[in-house]
Amino acid sequence: MAVPDLVDSAAQAAAASRRPSVLRQMTRHPSVVFGVVVLVTMLLLGLLAPRLGTIDPAGIDPVWRNKRPGTERTVTLPSGETTAFVHRMGTDSLGRDLYSRVIYGARISLVVGLAVAAISVSTGLVIGLLSGYLRWLDGIVMRVMDGLMAIPGILLAIGLVSLWGAGLTTVIIAITVPEIPRVVRLVRSIVLSIREEPYVEAAISIGTPLIPMLYRHVLPNTLAPLLVQGTYVCASAILVEALLSFLGIGIPPETPTWGNIMAEGRVLFQVFPHNILFPGIFLALTILAVNVLGDGLRDTLDPRMAKRF
Amino acid sequence: MGAGLAQTEMAATGAADRPVLEIAGLTVKLPKGADRANAIEDITISVRKREIVCLVGESGSGKSVSAFSVMGLLPSRDMAPVAGAIRLEGEDLLQVDEARMRELRGARMSMIFQEPMTALNPTMTCGAQIEEVLTNHTDHGPEERQRRILGILEQVQLPDPPRMAASYPHQLSGGQRQRIMIAMALVLEPVLLIADEPTTALDVTTQAQILRLIKEIQASHDTGVLFITHDFGVVADIADRVAVMQWGKVVEEGTADEVLRRPQHAYTRMLIGAVPSFTPRSRPRQADAPVVLATEGLSKTYGGGGFFQKARPVRAAEDVTVEIRRGETLGIVGESGSGKSTVARCIARLIDPTGGHVYLDRDDIAQASPAQLRQLRRRVQIVFQDPYRSLNPRRTVGASIVEGPMNYGTSRADAEARARELMSLVRLDPGSLDRYPHQFSGGQRQRICIARALAMEPGLLIADEAVSALDVSVQAQVLDLLDDIRDRLDLAMLFITHDLRVAAQVCDTVAVMHQGKVVEYGTAAEVFGAPRHDYTRALFAAAPGRGFAFGGAAT
Repeated sequence: MAVPDLVDSAAQAAAASRRPSVLRQMTRHPSVVFGVVVLVTMLLLGLLAPRLGTIDPAGIDPVWRNKRPGTERTVTLPSGETTAFVHRMGTDSLGRDLYSRVIYGARISLVVGLAVAAISVSTGLVIGLLSGYLRWLDGIVMRVMDGLMAIPGILLAIGLVSLWGAGLTTVIIAITVPEIPRVVRLVRSIVLSIREEPYVEAAISIGTPLIPMLYRHVLPNTLAPLLVQGTYVCASAILVEALLSFLGIGIPPETPTWGNIMAEGRVLFQVFPHNILFPGIFLALTILAVNVLGDGLRDTLDPRMAKRF
Repeated sequence: MGAGLAQTEMAATGAADRPVLEIAGLTVKLPKGADRANAIEDITISVRKREIVCLVGESGSGKSVSAFSVMGLLPSRDMAPVAGAIRLEGEDLLQVDEARMRELRGARMSMIFQEPMTALNPTMTCGAQIEEVLTNHTDHGPEERQRRILGILEQVQLPDPPRMAASYPHQLSGGQRQRIMIAMALVLEPVLLIADEPTTALDVTTQAQILRLIKEIQASHDTGVLFITHDFGVVADIADRVAVMQWGKVVEEGTADEVLRRPQHAYTRMLIGAVPSFTPRSRPRQADAPVVLATEGLSKTYGGGGFFQKARPVRAAEDVTVEIRRGETLGIVGESGSGKSTVARCIARLIDPTGGHVYLDRDDIAQASPAQLRQLRRRVQIVFQDPYRSLNPRRTVGASIVEGPMNYGTSRADAEARARELMSLVRLDPGSLDRYPHQFSGGQRQRICIARALAMEPGLLIADEAVSALDVSVQAQVLDLLDDIRDRLDLAMLFITHDLRVAAQVCDTVAVMHQGKVVEYGTAAEVFGAPRHDYTRALFAAAPGRGFAFGGAAT
């Protein structure tokens, strides 16, 4: 009875036809490459803002207000020398340099986007894992989440601003809270299917305690879809931040954010469209990049979406 | 006009001795990076009128690829026929265009699949799905279509055809769905029916009915049948001729009698030899061995009703009382839904029983507190059916095996040393502990699962359909291994299976379950030799290849 395992051919076939590594697929996926390139550019713009020929983004100069893009002016430095300065994107109605404001504005947008994505994904992950795995907790947690989902982000932002005053933290909290239930639902649905897998049952019968169980056997399966969800959360957060600022219930108006700049330029939009055009382009490009990156990640990470042989 | 008539006549006389289907020298290539160059290589099979040709082979042998090539259903970008011909009534299917293929599919040849639920559209009534075939291929009026639908439903022996035609697939049982599939396949009187493992997903009693139906209906319709199966019992029951496939090649072909009784090729001999025999093997029992597991009135009832639903309790297991002594194997046999897995899960306390006791030595695992349960769990281990899902794909097999002992405080070094011993015990290379599950075959994975269970040093090992997903040759190896381990480690074993042949081979005592109750319980010799309960007798009568003595002559 020494028949070799050679006859068990199906699995050998499966093992032999392995797909190339995920990382390799990603670097070849055009959506992923495009998204990463645009986002890294935005990140660099934000980080290197002081070195990119900008001046004080909050500096008001009433004499030079509402200049069109490309207007040149001569500045007298404290040392007495004069130098030429070009308002590449013009100035707004208070004479602030639009180029500087847009570049600095990238900082706020990216911070809000990344912070909201990180906080809501990590919080949602923990709640979702526990809620999906522990049956008794599920009902309670999901009803609370239903309640949270019923709160509109803008209404929450208005409430929080009136309580704590406008600021970055307030905005981040206001955007994060309604996002958490979405992440929780996603994680929970994955956990519900994973907990029925025989390898989880096997882990129960070899006495694996709760936390190692979640960490070793359940968590790894949730990471890929979560990463994809994270990018969508990030994109929507950037957009909602701009919206809140535009409505005047977000970051204080002197701080340059894309939403604030657009709010500023709204009144004179028909005469001086550049006030809305430039921040609008940056905002649209960033959100497009994040969404495209998310699609690319989904294609490479999610086995259900990937084309299978 | 006259010439046309003469042609038809000639075709008719020619058709008498010409096979309905001729596959000649067909080769289908596989995409790059697969384990071999061609899915099937130079295969030649023919099916005559009123003939059932069984295509037998293990998974990966290329039998389904052959069937899909005939139907023109290959995923064309990845796999394509590169040589040979497929002639349906003389017409080469590899040369015709897609429009002609569509005409032929359904009308001249049709196919039934393994899984009747997924092959039927859940949003259409069964009648509408059969009608679709008719509207696509004929210009019959509505009345004529209705008449035909009811006629074919009658022929596949479905009760109350008008009600069946108005039913949705989910309202029918698995066997009824498969009958609908057969009705749909045969409504246009095709000359060729391809059946791809049509009974594999069904219970034995249903399987027997469907096999009988296929046989009757193909005889009355003069249909040629290409029947794909992995089960030699089924082959023995229905085949006129048999082609055995291995690694994409036909290694042996002949009449059923020749192949089954006088197999020429070594592979065929091995396959037939690996089919377990029906005669239970007798093993001396030790009457004084201690009882490891005893259940007393074990029950599990599902469904207390929710907020808005009325309680509709389902009694998955009712009053199950069995016992296993050390060194013995108890088999629980039954069809799907009989409650056999529920019993296994209650004993392993993966689900909480709603009544009764499960004594492990002297301790009641059914009533244990969480703290006691943690200690008791070590003593019952379970091996699951699906080897592809019972190991965490993201952890090395070594990590999976050492996890259990380390949960109970064994040091990593000790646990790893033990894991290496266990790998040798289950006849795998101890050096492959740092590999991942996908690098192993199904049979090897099942051995790893056994090693993982044994690492806990249990007193009771539960095998829940542990060999059902494996090919017959691998199944024989794993059964042999389980037997060997039970003897060597003096374990008690609970063996859950739907396969009576397997039960006959490994079990000392057998409990037959039906609708949650144990209807017959006794030694294997008693149950197999002289079944007392009607259901047991029906179960045995339905087992495929009953009249054929497997496992005796070969090897």
